[in-house]
Amino acid sequence: MSTAAQEAETRARGAASLLQVRDLSVRFPIRGAGRKQWLQAVHDVSFDIGRGETLGLVGESGSGKSTIGNALIRLVPVHSGEIHLGGTDVLAAGRRETKELRRRMAMVFQDPMAALDPRSTVADSVAEPLKIHRLGATKDRRARVTELMDLAGLPSRFLDRYPHELSGGQRQRVCIARALAAEPELLILDEATASLDVSVQAQIMNLLRQLQEELGLSYLFISHDLASVEHMSDRVIVLYLGRIMEESPRESLYSEPGHPYTQALISAIPLEDPVAERERERIILVGDIPSPIDPPSGCVFRTRCPLAIQECAERQPPAHRLGPGHDAYCTRAGERVTSET
Amino acid sequence: MSPAALEVRNLSVTIGQARIVRDVSWSVAKGETLGIVGESGSGKSISVLSAAGLGPASARIDGTVALTIDGREQDLLSMPGSQLRRIRGRRLGFVFQDPGTSLNPMLTIGRQLTEGPEVHLGMSRTQSRKRALELLELVGIPDPERRLKSYPHELSGGMRQRIMIAVALACDPEVLIADEATTALDVTTQAQILDAIRDLQNRLGTATVWISHDLAVVGGIADEVVVMYGGEVLERAETVELFRSTQHPYTRGLFESRPHLGERVDQLTSIPGAPPDPRATPPGCVFWERCQVRGDKRCRTDHPELVETSPGHWVRSFYTMSGADPHQDTASTVRPLPWKEHR
Repeated sequence: MSTAAQEAETRARGAASLLQVRDLSVRFPIRGAGRKQWLQAVHDVSFDIGRGETLGLVGESGSGKSTIGNALIRLVPVHSGEIHLGGTDVLAAGRRETKELRRRMAMVFQDPMAALDPRSTVADSVAEPLKIHRLGATKDRRARVTELMDLAGLPSRFLDRYPHELSGGQRQRVCIARALAAEPELLILDEATASLDVSVQAQIMNLLRQLQEELGLSYLFISHDLASVEHMSDRVIVLYLGRIMEESPRESLYSEPGHPYTQALISAIPLEDPVAERERERIILVGDIPSPIDPPSGCVFRTRCPLAIQECAERQPPAHRLGPGHDAYCTRAGERVTSET
Repeated sequence: MSPAALEVRNLSVTIGQARIVRDVSWSVAKGETLGIVGESGSGKSISVLSAAGLGPASARIDGTVALTIDGREQDLLSMPGSQLRRIRGRRLGFVFQDPGTSLNPMLTIGRQLTEGPEVHLGMSRTQSRKRALELLELVGIPDPERRLKSYPHELSGGMRQRIMIAVALACDPEVLIADEATTALDVTTQAQILDAIRDLQNRLGTATVWISHDLAVVGGIADEVVVMYGGEVLERAETVELFRSTQHPYTRGLFESRPHLGERVDQLTSIPGAPPDPRATPPGCVFWERCQVRGDKRCRTDHPELVETSPGHWVRSFYTMSGADPHQDTASTVRPLPWKEHR
């Protein structure tokens, strides 16, 4: 899809675009292999995130979903492509601009115990972005921290506690309070609920949705869990081996998945009803995800695809439009995978 | 019902002053799968590991763990360590969450598969190699001849977990114990492994104890489910009964707090708070602090018993989702329940 068409669509959605990513590629050198080899982690990925919008990035391990999040805040070097945040060219930014960009984009990681300094109190952790970006007067800091903690649903009696004194859910709330401290526009949530207990995941997802409503935040919600992605996202991108397989508004992705990989992913989720779960027809993919060092020619999913034909090995499938904003990168997009295929 | 292959009666695990598992009973018959569901700290793993003599060394373990071997019942908790080790290697198979750390990185797949049958079944090298090839085929590993010579690092996560299952089944154990066996895997790989396990159960009829935090995974594989929380069994029933006529507010909360595919809601019904600290369990109901149904001060002060509310369905609560107090003979209706009917 052309950039112009994408922009037209963004306007049609009514959401002003905050983040634009174009043809993003990230690769890592493989050392000690004799001839120089590259691990292609992300390949030609393009997407937009509107203001107040949540884009879900879903994929299995090795799909490149976390690398995309890391590339946005330049935690990993970008090989090619463009990233713009609200008009600022992220990849051309100098030191000062990069610092400002990192104020505007904040990250929440999977494991809050690893993300928090065990020797810092909750108040110190939450105040850190305020210090780094010199926001507000020092004397007002504690009041601001209390306010942030309140936003994240933490009582002020936790101010002087240490991470080990908190539960997993409370720690993740501290990370969220800290991420909000410098008033970012975009939160990158990288498996932010994955390490939490089921009953606590719901609390954190509710909190995130509520904060988005109150503060008009944009989210990049990165997860392997399709049900959580459905709950959180307005639009969803399905990744496999660093490439976009399908991109769609939430409803049509889940009701009419057009890519055979998306269909397999959805059919792999265990259903809550044990009878339906046992009787359902499941698409079982054969084999394993191929090596990103030496990906298959043409469509990277073809080696495991139940619908693969000769043509799939010969060229990278172009986007197939399946509905408004719904594209599947598959030669046989829209066809159903059944047990006979 | 067929006789139990493994039966745990009144199992308690105490470390110092903390009773981290309290009075847990369940059983699993040959050819059946028991699912144990719980969050972190619920005692689900430690109860099963302690029953197999693999609990923490400092723990005091009370109760009976009866393993039926060739029709004779033996108590694992009262036998000497050397005998327990022999029985564990031969009669119990274990699959843990992370196959990367459970397999020995220094040994070939072949060696790890042949060790058990040689040590415990007295097989020769030739016999055990033949057995290893059968096992690899059984769990769906392509090109088994070549795989015998592979090392764990040469295999993907899904393949390693298949190998773990093959190792666990190598001595044809009475009971297979799987502790979060698919949790570390991708969903499509999880689907492959669950498929393989279901197929194996049909063919081998090994009694299986499946421990997981994921209700849906357990629902798809277990015949009976035990729900644990704060070291106790809160609910126990046959799988379909448990899912369709959930009685305990905690079990209901677990269902409701997951987003359900294709049923998006504005707010998930979360369970407030966090699971209790096993070192300081409350005197009343362990779930009281987080319960949305709690009726009166009895929940805080009295400890509810595990009561059979209908045949095979056990609930530990003064207030059930059907509004009845199982401690009373007559169904006394309490206030309306805040949860919507679960399908």
